[in-house]
Amino acid sequence: MSGRVLVGVKRVIDYAVKIRVKPDNTGVVTDGVKHSMNPFCEIAVEEAVKLKEKKLIKEVVAVSCGPQQSQETIRTALAMGADRGIHVDVSGKDYENLGPLQVSKILAALAKQEDAQLILLGKQAIDDDCNQTGQMTAALLDWPQGTFASEVSLEGDKINLVREIDGGLEHIKINTPAVITADLRLNTPRYATLPNIMDSLMNNETELHKPNHRTSLCVGLIPLFETVAPEDMQGGTDRSGAMLRHTVLQSGLGLHTRSLVVFSIGIGKNKTKLGTV
Amino acid sequence: KSLCYTYSALLFTYLSQPTVIASHGLTDEQKEFQKVAFDFAANEMAPHMAEWDQKEIFPVETMRKAAQLGFGGIYVQPDVGGSGLSRLDTSIIFEALSTGCVSTTAYISIHNMCAWMIDSYGNKEQREKFCPDLCSMEKFASYCLTEPGSGSDAASLLTSAQRKGDHYILNGSKAFISGGGDTDVYVVMCRTGGKGPKGISFGKKEKKVGWNSQPTRAVIFEDCAVPVANRLGEEGQGFNIAMKGLNGGRINIASCSLGAAHASVQLARDHLLVRKQFGETLSNNQFLQFKLAEMATKLVASRLLIREAAQALQEDRPDAVAICSMAKLFATDECFNICNQALQMHGGYGYLKDYAVQQFVRDIRVHQILEGTNEVMRMIISRNLLSES
Repeated sequence: MSGRVLVGVKRVIDYAVKIRVKPDNTGVVTDGVKHSMNPFCEIAVEEAVKLKEKKLIKEVVAVSCGPQQSQETIRTALAMGADRGIHVDVSGKDYENLGPLQVSKILAALAKQEDAQLILLGKQAIDDDCNQTGQMTAALLDWPQGTFASEVSLEGDKINLVREIDGGLEHIKINTPAVITADLRLNTPRYATLPNIMDSLMNNETELHKPNHRTSLCVGLIPLFETVAPEDMQGGTDRSGAMLRHTVLQSGLGLHTRSLVVFSIGIGKNKTKLGTV
Repeated sequence: KSLCYTYSALLFTYLSQPTVIASHGLTDEQKEFQKVAFDFAANEMAPHMAEWDQKEIFPVETMRKAAQLGFGGIYVQPDVGGSGLSRLDTSIIFEALSTGCVSTTAYISIHNMCAWMIDSYGNKEQREKFCPDLCSMEKFASYCLTEPGSGSDAASLLTSAQRKGDHYILNGSKAFISGGGDTDVYVVMCRTGGKGPKGISFGKKEKKVGWNSQPTRAVIFEDCAVPVANRLGEEGQGFNIAMKGLNGGRINIASCSLGAAHASVQLARDHLLVRKQFGETLSNNQFLQFKLAEMATKLVASRLLIREAAQALQEDRPDAVAICSMAKLFATDECFNICNQALQMHGGYGYLKDYAVQQFVRDIRVHQILEGTNEVMRMIISRNLLSES
């Protein structure tokens, strides 16, 4: 057992910022807006650092996928007590298309490369609320997963986990290596101390990886989403599911297999939200 | 109480205004320091600042938490437990902490100044004996210069220290001592070679308009014996040490004013966007728009001057004393006006203690008076300008 833990940290718009939609409606304004580490990722980092302090694991490696600025997020993780950082450089158009599927493929590849014993992630990111990366990563690696964890304890080569689920609390025991996603009540993240900030920034142990066909992090970054405005509808249209499914397929949107497309059709004040097609 | 929570949530939204953003031009390291300080202020201080003010609580536990993060001896050397940072780093940190509670941050800055004085002018034994406990805030410090008869005219102080064997016997009294009576280490400026009861006692706790989260008392010495080993520097060097300490202290106090103004601009801005009169939000009123613009401009100007002064002091530039005085003079005056204007923009609500803006006004009013009155600042600056050398 390498005793190494990979912690995924995502740079997101700060939770307290008032979100504004871009004038061209293609997304939200991110330029000049305060960003910080996803709160659930902070909880994941804290848990990893705690495990290291209890000497149950040996090394905490913080990973972030994104543009140059993701290094700030890694720095915060280092200041909280992570040993090393890995920045997977994804920028521009690729970054816009970066979603849970791609990130989980990257994490799976890194986990093999780093011989990780455990992957700790936040349960979801507060910008997209996907709640998919942890689950997908576990599936790709064929590892057990403990999601929505509110308590984690290591017992030899097994992990005792308490999960927060709709029905209450679930107690499970899983083998390592495993993927765990942190829920809100797992812990309270510490403040970085001034000495830790200085140490972490002086040592600057962040590697840069570029995912392309030459490296093991070869991940297809094809777009999975297309945003379209709804057509103007006449009154009296039959809104049954079958009718609309037909309309969508007929409209010939280039749908990739296994992608999710969500439509919301509105006429004036009445908006009908459809599920997936 | 709900308003206080609203206030601490507001602290985060503040930073998204690019024009008044406090982190421009900072290094990555400084941005991290600032982030920790803002987070600490919003989570640990802002929710309690009204209670600390009204109940006059000296928040020992919160300050010790701050010390654990390294805020107890920010510019004290690491070999005795300090964080070893620069004056500019310090200014950034105090500015951010002040948005959580000016009074508590101002006391932390005084504590830092005392720790620094012992660190810089003390000998090996003194540094090792006092600094670690001060940096961790295991012990708290007070700076005793002002007397009932000597405020601005500090050099005329009367507290005497008469040598008797390996002790100095202190006689006299100090006034307006922040933390007095609740702190453990007193850095006292006194006159050796003059005349001089039975020890140290304290006057009554003063009732103040602001700065209520730190107690203020007179400190009275009657034949108080202090070991010679506790003398910092040489005999006669004290005035110099006191003044050097004040240069940094002035930047720190000005930084505290800055944090308050920064928070007040945010509060005013948010109020203008919400409050409606004459059928529209106040933010549509041109006078208020212009007033807010002026406030933001003065805020940024104050910040730049303070950071420049911090740099000058760090580099020990020849103009350091003058520029520290300029920064203190300008920033404390302008930031008070900003907070006052912000209160005015709140209308009647600004006058209620349920709203944080009045506490900022009350807390920073004294910054124009202590650490050298703004009149004394003018003296220092004009002297510097008119000197022949």
